Amino acid sequence: MREIKAELIKDNVRDLFLHASSFIGEDIYNKLKERYEAEESPVGKSVLRQIIENNEIAAREKLAICQDTGMAVLFIELGQEVMIVEGDLNEAINQGVREAYVDGYLRKSIVDDPVFDRKNTRDNTPAVTYIDIVPGDKVKITITAKGFGSENMSRIKMLKPADGAAGVRDFVIKTAVEAGPNPCPPIIVGVGIGGTMEKAAVLSKKALLRTVGEHNADPRYAKLEDEILEEINKSGVGPAGLGGRTTALAVNINYYPTHIAGLPVAVNICCHASRHAEITI
Amino acid sequence: MEKVISITTPVTTSQVQELRAGDNVLITGNIYTGRDAAHKRLIELLADGKELPIDLNGQFIYYVGPSPAKPGHVVGSAGPTTSYRMEPYTPTLLKLGLKGMIGKGALSKEVVEAMKENGAVYFGAVGGAAALISKAIKKAEVVCYEDLGAEAIHKFYVEKFPVTVVIDSKGNNLYETEPQKYKLP
Ligand code: SF4
Repeated sequence: MREIKAELIKDNVRDLFLHASSFIGEDIYNKLKERYEAEESPVGKSVLRQIIENNEIAAREKLAICQDTGMAVLFIELGQEVMIVEGDLNEAINQGVREAYVDGYLRKSIVDDPVFDRKNTRDNTPAVTYIDIVPGDKVKITITAKGFGSENMSRIKMLKPADGAAGVRDFVIKTAVEAGPNPCPPIIVGVGIGGTMEKAAVLSKKALLRTVGEHNADPRYAKLEDEILEEINKSGVGPAGLGGRTTALAVNINYYPTHIAGLPVAVNICCHASRHAEITI
Repeated sequence: MEKVISITTPVTTSQVQELRAGDNVLITGNIYTGRDAAHKRLIELLADGKELPIDLNGQFIYYVGPSPAKPGHVVGSAGPTTSYRMEPYTPTLLKLGLKGMIGKGALSKEVVEAMKENGAVYFGAVGGAAALISKAIKKAEVVCYEDLGAEAIHKFYVEKFPVTVVIDSKGNNLYETEPQKYKLP
């Protein structure tokens, strides 16, 4: 057994959120620059320039890339040979989030009760946490600060098995294009296919965390990703929805076995400000 | 699309009616902020027959909930939030003299009709360009609803705050016209 102090988890969670809020991933930054060069629409180009400049200012001055610093979502892969000591794992995670948002001047956007009270918790907790037990003696922490302009444009649908690849393609394209200007395009499209309803949704969230430019290992799914991306970019929605060739930067699909009677598909949309980070302890 | 127009708040109806979808505008002067929760309170006050804590005549509302200011800064990052969530409240405020909204994303037909009737425009700021935009905000103070945190109504003094007219007072709408130009079969 390897012992890991809860405090170490807390410190890492805090540092990951602080980092991700100001520093956009190099994959996204480079893709934005590539699209800026390629963009045909003058307005679209100007929007991309502002987004690139914004990322540079945020990194240089350690400012929040976007004022919506999101809801904290964490995926923890906990090695089964690890014992968390001197504290409670979930509390350590929430304390890390609290310290990042309160001490790091990030916006607190969480309300305690979704329907009735809607009172701000004032420290951006609780986080949404998924814990997987995996072999080994390490802990991998992956975080994302998920903005809701794009989260609100996400959709899930229980397709029929007969709908097949064409059904998946149509649903993903429709969701991304109908979102229009609302999710701050250019967007990243996370797609979860298979499992159960909630499994598909979790897969789609995880798909957003993949490095832009990487594909699904299965060539059939990789091809589907490319086809869907091309179609979304044909829509003309463009940067900020003001017209152009760059509506999405990536389409990432994750899949899982499913039931003989079903084909669940979840589409989780993220804006260009896709803030995520990971560390293995 | 090339034209850049400077405008100072408060504005008159005729000034606003001259603006066309596609115009790039630099706003200088005071603007108010407001999101869902603040709008809800304003409308509740009106329903009770009470006066609003801010005078909307000739003003613009910026749909934003800024992040907290770091020490030595006027404001934190401050990009636009998605506008459709404020739709239920907007026609009422337009009747009270509100001349424009700054946000991102589409607006309903009802709101566009109310903009046409009252002579108002909808400006788009670039969503997610929040650190960049914050540089144009020179002063910030909370006017009311401090308990709402980021959702409190702030008064910003802005200089050359960069926006684009997305929907003008005639109802011309860039979100409808521009993507069509780049749509491929
Ligand atoms: S959708 Fe993303 S970029 Fe747009 S306001 Fe929300 S967090 Fe910021």
